[in-house]
Amino acid sequence: MTLDNLKKTPLCAACEAAGGKMVDFHGWLLPVQFESIIAEHKAVREGAGMFDVSHMGQVFVEGKDAWAFLQYVNTNNIKNTPGAGTYSHIVNEQGCIIDDAISFCLTPEKFLVVVNAACIDTDVAWFEKHAASFDVKITNDSARWGMIALQGPSAIEKAAALIPGVADMARFTIQGMELFGAKGYVTRTGYTGEDGVEIMASPEAIVKVWDALLKAGVKPCGLGARDVLRLEAGYLLNGTDADGSQTPYEAACGWVVKLGKENFIGKAALEAQKAAGLKRRLTGFVLTGAGVPRGGCKVFKNGTEVGTLTSGTYSPLFKGIAVGYADTALEEGEAVEIEVHGRRIAAKKVKTPFYKNRV
Amino acid sequence: MHTAENSKYAKTHEWAHMDGDIATVGISDHAQQEIGDIVFIDLPQVGQQVSAGQNCCVIESVKSASEIYAPVSGEVVEVNEALKTDPALVNREAHGNGWLFKIKSSAPADYEALMDLSAYKQTIGQ
Repeated sequence: MTLDNLKKTPLCAACEAAGGKMVDFHGWLLPVQFESIIAEHKAVREGAGMFDVSHMGQVFVEGKDAWAFLQYVNTNNIKNTPGAGTYSHIVNEQGCIIDDAISFCLTPEKFLVVVNAACIDTDVAWFEKHAASFDVKITNDSARWGMIALQGPSAIEKAAALIPGVADMARFTIQGMELFGAKGYVTRTGYTGEDGVEIMASPEAIVKVWDALLKAGVKPCGLGARDVLRLEAGYLLNGTDADGSQTPYEAACGWVVKLGKENFIGKAALEAQKAAGLKRRLTGFVLTGAGVPRGGCKVFKNGTEVGTLTSGTYSPLFKGIAVGYADTALEEGEAVEIEVHGRRIAAKKVKTPFYKNRV
Repeated sequence: MHTAENSKYAKTHEWAHMDGDIATVGISDHAQQEIGDIVFIDLPQVGQQVSAGQNCCVIESVKSASEIYAPVSGEVVEVNEALKTDPALVNREAHGNGWLFKIKSSAPADYEALMDLSAYKQTIGQ
């Protein structure tokens, strides 16, 4: 295995200097952990941790029809008041998830869409394909932005010196600001279930933000901790928990589908599925026996297969936790078995999120 | 007492220390570092017959599952009960109290075929 040909973020050298154990993540060289996944998880749940998320994509949608276009390619109602952000799914005509993304309204005619790293090219091509009848300009600006997710109960306090007014920002809002002499954006968002911000800045400025936060005592955290935190918080990992063949309803994200909207891609398919009902849905499980469930493990009820896990891990808070597509007939609290390394381990269906956050 | 120096190594990062015909088995310090925070160990059954190179144990970290291979053939005669409540003991003392299980060796040649510490260190670039 060679790591030499991987794309590097502006924070790659800073992550290596901080002891990051670097791995290949969808073609990017990123830290899976620094000191320890458990220590990093604890830092985010109890203090403040930061993640290099520079690989994520920044796509600007500008023009007279910017909002109408985003309404058309998103399942959710995109807010069009300046500063407001909206989490939504982007689906195809069959209603299947292409990506999940947050659209931030900068002005009624300019939006910043933050998309998943592995989907940047797909999303931009999809937008371009459907932009013809709209007066919009779509710009993939991803290479020009570094990004840090600063997360945890102390995150806002740690960010205060760097970001004036951060404590007054509402959840899911964005503000533009100058960061070390360059244009930047700060959003009160995250992927951990904790309060915090995500900071976007130029490749040069983001390194200075990282150094300032490091000096302020923020713990560098890797992808390993990020995955445990997001799974505890019940957040979907597109590409893993949705492989392109599931709808938002099946992915247990029905709340992002607004069938009352006049028209959007996938509306007819989603209406039909809602009317017909679901056979399978993304479902949470907790092991009651000892072990660690993983994606791909099968779920059994009285010896009959009733589901397959997509994500599973060891949670320092809840031990073995997992989500997977399972029979919608399963009830809350119902006992099942999950097969791990050929051994069937007792588990039960639970409501997600596993971690009830304070944000 | 087993130490890094008086144990022998498999290329799959297990160590074995032979005392009479009983081999105490663990994983190297290098391996525990690579695996990271160990959170669960699926130990073999006492009485189970294993052959050298056979997958007989799984070490789970937060991030991944690692298969552990028996370095010698024989019968599993003891497992480290302390790991059932404190699997991270392997991270703290990979060569000491963090041993995994003991095998009553049935083929002395298996042990002879393992590497000594300096040969093992070369395989991991140390």
